Amino acid sequence: MNKRQLLKDALLFFPAAGVLPSLVAEAVASVEPAPSPVVPGYDPKSHWYGMGVDVGKCIGCNRCVEACKAENGVPEEPFYFRTWIERYRIHADGEVTVDCISTREGQPEQAEPEDPTVVRTFFVPKLCNQCANPPCVQVCPVGATYQTEDGVVLVDATRCIGCRYCIQACPYGARYLNPKTRTADKCTFCYHRITEGLLPACVEVCPTEARIFGDLEAHADRLVRFHRVNEISVLKPDLNTEPKVLYASLDGEVR
Amino acid sequence: MRLPEQVTRLGAVIAVIVAAVLLLRFVLLPDTMFSAKPHQAAATAREMDKPLRHAGVPVCRECHAEQFDLKYEGRHRNIGCENCHGPGAAHAASPDSADLLPILPTEREKCLACHAYDSSRPNGFPQVDPQEHKPRKECVVCHDPHDPEPPKTPEDCGGCHGRIERTKALSVHALIPCESCHVVEEQHMTEPRLALPTKPGSREVCGRCHALGSADPDASKSLVDVKSHGGTYVCWECHYAHLPEGRK
Repeated sequence: MNKRQLLKDALLFFPAAGVLPSLVAEAVASVEPAPSPVVPGYDPKSHWYGMGVDVGKCIGCNRCVEACKAENGVPEEPFYFRTWIERYRIHADGEVTVDCISTREGQPEQAEPEDPTVVRTFFVPKLCNQCANPPCVQVCPVGATYQTEDGVVLVDATRCIGCRYCIQACPYGARYLNPKTRTADKCTFCYHRITEGLLPACVEVCPTEARIFGDLEAHADRLVRFHRVNEISVLKPDLNTEPKVLYASLDGEVR
Repeated sequence: MRLPEQVTRLGAVIAVIVAAVLLLRFVLLPDTMFSAKPHQAAATAREMDKPLRHAGVPVCRECHAEQFDLKYEGRHRNIGCENCHGPGAAHAASPDSADLLPILPTEREKCLACHAYDSSRPNGFPQVDPQEHKPRKECVVCHDPHDPEPPKTPEDCGGCHGRIERTKALSVHALIPCESCHVVEEQHMTEPRLALPTKPGSREVCGRCHALGSADPDASKSLVDVKSHGGTYVCWECHYAHLPEGRK
């Protein structure tokens, strides 16, 4: 056997020569087809979505929570939420008590007796703040959570490995692990609605317009007006997450 | 200077390896192996493709303009239809399907979700104490949810006198209407303090049932001689007619 024959035989024998093209073909086939725009004419670059929440208008009716669960298939159990409502009670001695009214089932039979030590009390709707600088995206080890061009933080459930880093990293507690899919889940601003020009489900059903949805970069928009006429606060501004959920008439005790 | 042959051969082998790697990286292997962008675009497209559950007020309005117009004039103007009627996208897609009809809530809980008194609600928001405000009655009997003005004239006395109504409901006088003892002018319904209802001015009112020799078979066993019983007082100055002899 001369050298030439040896090299020829080796090439034929070496399995990679035969396996590699089939591997590549398989990899190419498994790649999802390039997504066609679901909503024709929708340009994500021309939007930067946000939400306004007027705490002084929230009546704590919990309709937003129920609508969100119906729209997005959030598990019914009262401890999985994409949005939820907290009740703050500020007592005369400065103590602040917070409870989540969304976890209670049905209406309470009897109104709670008035607590004379409470000096202020109010409801605060909470949801994913869709941070412009999201810590959850930074920590995701597989790139499953990401920010879209229109400013919404989404989770790719097919990539998420359910490691819960993002749930730990979110300073607002806005994420939960979906017990069915075993992947992280969170508010998407009802991405399938807003890209069609509809309102998120929670905004759609809010009876007192405590929630305003809009585009922060638009010239004429309800949210822009909300931003202009109200004194705006965001939750935990010191963390530099740059939340896009803007709160009006927010009490300093809320965190 | 001439390169030694082993150097040119080594160079050729390196060139072949580099070319193979470049071919593998940029031609054979897809971009999705190196960048999350295509995956994320696909995930975004999947997110956009999710089905709608809530149709939105403009869709409801297309068919239910009458209700929309009524609601638009009233205090519930800004409440979306699906707040009370539930998600309606399926109904909007096939309006004739009987299985997909939206709910028509009449139960009190629906209204009380917003209107039950809660100290944390903002000041001025209309609230009622569910136990004081007509506890056995559905809200929609008196209030039109599409135009929820408080009714100008209550349809019965219990709207204001709920405590008395509930007390009487437990008494042996439960079936006696208010008007059989009280004379109520129409004006009392709109200006209650300008036209007060009467209380029985004589013992004859109670005596219709309770006088000795009363012909009413349902009259109670407590028959008295109304002429002599009680001296100069009228009956209700001692007995509480809304819960007779049951008052503690």
